[in-house]
Amino acid sequence: MIAVVDYGVGNLFSLCSSLRQLGLETAVTADPAVIRAADRVILPGVGAFGDAMEKLAAAGLVPLIRVEAEKKPLLGICLGMQLLFDKSWEFGEHAGLGLVPGQVCPLAPDLADPALKVPQIGWNALHILRDDPLFRYIREGEYVYYVHSYYAKDCAANTLAVSDYSIPVTGVVRAGRVYGTQFHPEKSGDTGLRILKAFAEL
Amino acid sequence: MITKRIIPCLDVRNGRVVKGVNFEGVRDVADPVEMARMYNAAGADELVFYDITASYEGRALFTDILRQVASEIFIPLTVGGGINTLDDFDRVLKCGADKVSVNSGALRDPALIPAAAERYGSQCVVLSADVRRVDGQFRVFAKGGREDTGRDALEWIAWCVGHGAGEVCLNSIDTDGVRRGFDLEMLDAVAARVDVPIIASGGAGKKEDFLELFRHKGIDAGLAAGIFHQKLLAIRDLKEYLAKNGVEMRL
Repeated sequence: MIAVVDYGVGNLFSLCSSLRQLGLETAVTADPAVIRAADRVILPGVGAFGDAMEKLAAAGLVPLIRVEAEKKPLLGICLGMQLLFDKSWEFGEHAGLGLVPGQVCPLAPDLADPALKVPQIGWNALHILRDDPLFRYIREGEYVYYVHSYYAKDCAANTLAVSDYSIPVTGVVRAGRVYGTQFHPEKSGDTGLRILKAFAEL
Repeated sequence: MITKRIIPCLDVRNGRVVKGVNFEGVRDVADPVEMARMYNAAGADELVFYDITASYEGRALFTDILRQVASEIFIPLTVGGGINTLDDFDRVLKCGADKVSVNSGALRDPALIPAAAERYGSQCVVLSADVRRVDGQFRVFAKGGREDTGRDALEWIAWCVGHGAGEVCLNSIDTDGVRRGFDLEMLDAVAARVDVPIIASGGAGKKEDFLELFRHKGIDAGLAAGIFHQKLLAIRDLKEYLAKNGVEMRL
């Protein structure tokens, strides 16, 4: 069973539909007992970093996620991926879960082409830097759907894949059994479903 | 690199897809769920659903359709039509919409834009503007293009973007349904004013129109309805043509 952590951030409809389409048993939950019993955990999220960390803490889930991340595969999606890092600079400095070394910074000042728009909204090719079981069902260069204004950096050692937005934008990270995707696999068509399928088989 | 997007638009009334010419003379085309499946398989980058139903029953039918589409199609879905309050945002987001497009609702109550952006994030708020030239000015129209608001379109769009709209869908009433190309003059004027993604709508007739569109700076997506619904242009062929001509496409 996959526990989708429900801490009041973002819309879980598509993610749950994707997992159902793949025939995967899913529980949308904030219940520590269910998260402990799950084979794997997905940490979704849309919105602002500080607010999301506060909600996760208010639900009493921060220590639990840190412990469970040692025991089973965990996938952070979009803001859920950003929360995995040490800290973020979105509206001030905020500490993250510290499961992946690196920090989350605004995209705009780092772009080599200032004409590019922020947020990055749309489909971008995913370039695989390190092969991984998560990529078992996809090829180099498939397109995935991004919506974000901040990105993870200083995390080269943990970066598995990037997309080109005049700079290499961190697309997929991994530290042990902890994975994160900046893009939305649940919105990335068939490519996204194949990434979720691979995650469910890790 | 990020691709340009091709977006079919489905106007839904009483559970069926319709498409008008100059917003009038609406004709029934097909079943929205079937069409959504077909467009997904054909490589559409996103789908837009406009609910043009007035009745309560029609609205309930629409949310059922939306829920069904969102359960089996995993590309971004934008929903518009009848969005007047935060409750309307909530209603369609709970049925699987990713973005919500606001038009007349924001003209009636501009505070809806910042309120929705604060609650759901800018990425969720699409400003849809129906614009027509009146006395040498780009003027915003309300109520499906029937009512001149007297507002300057560029000022209105810039205000909405400044207050949280994360994307702009610009519908030129002057070129809508005419199929002689997008309204590049109007699009350029908007692109010069705002720095969020712009979706061009109204006027696509052939694949060359899209190539010309994407050669203009600052235009991120092309939206069309009738030419796709009536199979005058296949999305797959269009995207292959654009890719061959140097436009970044998801194939």
